[in-house]
Amino acid sequence: MQVAAQTPEIATSSSAGYRWARDAVGVTLILAAGLAGYWLFPDNLALLTRVIAVALLVLSIDLVTGYGGVATLGQAALFGAGAYAAGIACVNGVTEPLTLILIGAVAGAVAGLFMGTIMLRAHGLAQLVLSIAIVQLFHEAANKASAYTGGSDGLAGLMVSPLFGAFEFDLWGRTAYLFGLALLIVVFASLRFIVSSPFGMLCRGIKEDPVRIRAMGAFVFPVLLKMFVISGAVAGIGGALAAISTQVVGLDSVSFELSANALVMLVLGGLGTLYGALVGTVIFMGFEHVVSAINPFHWMTMVGALLIGVVLAAPGGLSGLLDRMSGISRRRKEKRT
Amino acid sequence: MQTALSIAIDAFAYGMALFIICIGLSLTMGLMRVVNLAHGAFAMIAGYIASYAARDLGLGYAVAIFLAIIGTIVISIPLERLLYRRIYGSPELTQVLMTIGITFCVIGITNYFFGPTLKTIPLPGSLTQPVDVGFRTIAGHRLFVVACGLVVAGGLWFLIERTSFGIKLRATVDNAAMADALGVRTQVVYAISFAIAIGLAALGGVVGAEFLPIEPYYALRYMVTFLVVVSVGGAGSILGAVVACLLLGAVDTTGRYLMPEFGNFFFYAAVIAIVCVFPRGFFGRAQ
Repeated sequence: MQVAAQTPEIATSSSAGYRWARDAVGVTLILAAGLAGYWLFPDNLALLTRVIAVALLVLSIDLVTGYGGVATLGQAALFGAGAYAAGIACVNGVTEPLTLILIGAVAGAVAGLFMGTIMLRAHGLAQLVLSIAIVQLFHEAANKASAYTGGSDGLAGLMVSPLFGAFEFDLWGRTAYLFGLALLIVVFASLRFIVSSPFGMLCRGIKEDPVRIRAMGAFVFPVLLKMFVISGAVAGIGGALAAISTQVVGLDSVSFELSANALVMLVLGGLGTLYGALVGTVIFMGFEHVVSAINPFHWMTMVGALLIGVVLAAPGGLSGLLDRMSGISRRRKEKRT
Repeated sequence: MQTALSIAIDAFAYGMALFIICIGLSLTMGLMRVVNLAHGAFAMIAGYIASYAARDLGLGYAVAIFLAIIGTIVISIPLERLLYRRIYGSPELTQVLMTIGITFCVIGITNYFFGPTLKTIPLPGSLTQPVDVGFRTIAGHRLFVVACGLVVAGGLWFLIERTSFGIKLRATVDNAAMADALGVRTQVVYAISFAIAIGLAALGGVVGAEFLPIEPYYALRYMVTFLVVVSVGGAGSILGAVVACLLLGAVDTTGRYLMPEFGNFFFYAAVIAIVCVFPRGFFGRAQ
């Protein structure tokens, strides 16, 4: 763990107290934005809940790709594992929402363990291909096991009992949305804690230079595998939330398209920052909602152009752009003083 | 026995069609180190051009193929100069994102101009008739695809291993800076190999349209298949691409014939097994 402390930028630029204050502000901002969404778009709460579920998926990709440096195009396998586990449990009589979320998290973590074990054997392109193959395999398996998953019709008829026995999941999705928002904040806060822990620092180190980390005496594989399991749990929570709020689990929750879209959201927001993951998701899905209602193919053209633009002009995504701008202004201030 | 034979013939022809498309991708990935996920998009563009030429303009099949290849290469040149040239040598994730972006754009734009329907490329009479090969008859088109595949494989082998251009190409791949210093114009070599790769994608897209029908989501639907084939075969290896295409074509076709309800399950299971055992593909170069 000495390793992490020597990473200069991270360890020196912000003292612990400053970081706590910043995180508190960040979480408050998320809460404020979430509540603002609740008051401003009371008719679109289902969409907003979906945004939160996908945001959890994007956060989970950020953990392995942004912090661990393992590119994946198959994260929806973990999201879908959580969704189907929660869905199947719910159909079979476990209807307590928090238990369902827990089941989703465990299923996601187990799937993450499986996926990590396979993916971490390879590097570079082979790794990417493995991730795609795994999500396709999950997709076909979910399609085939229609006795449990409902196949291509989807798993319908999830009757979730009221939260804490008091708040029923109503038609407008108010409970689901607030429940999701609370979940997101809890998960986000724990992830902030995890990524700034020595373990999180070690992951960043591995991303920068795995050879050097190995030379320093740390084992790369178990660390990354642990990150995969955590990321699987987060994705699984997202999947379970999606299942609870829509009361349907479809095959699209284990699809390559969802994985690819989630990765695009992450890149748009900025790899390697948790805030970037949230911002990217909200902006992407907001635009998608508006533009694809007009013409889905215009939407594809737009996403494509956006991706090319991000790669060429803002490799760090929106948050990277923000950092660069604030860096420039800070430097100017320093020059003046 | 009859079933086994017809499965074998279909699998072989399908594998060859895959090969013609994938070998171009294998070249860009192995020799130029660009993960070009937009490869299928170029095959799709070629399919649309061929369909337009053959069906709407009434030109012959050969002319349509020729036009499709030329047209696709012409479209790809500005893309190579403006976009691809910036991502040579970038990390994989950057290349993947950029080329997925290009794919999305191509899908959106194609659909805007041609609509969401399936496009057919009418075959000439000589290819639709069954051909008697002694012990049984085979659809002429299947034989044509197989012949195309063999010609492409032989031609590429000759180009890379036996010509001076091939020598320059291999030199550039091994050490671009040194090749540049020795007077090889690496930018030109890259541009030409990119054009060859795109031309092969175009040829494969048109010839293989019977197996992989041309529609707006073509580029996305088969993107994964192409990428998988190349990484199984080993990027940059012609022999590897042949073996991977034939093997995966056989797995896929057999699975579809015997257990259609499982879909692509066996295809991807085979891929995971192979990539785990051979992380660089069958004949990939060690890096």
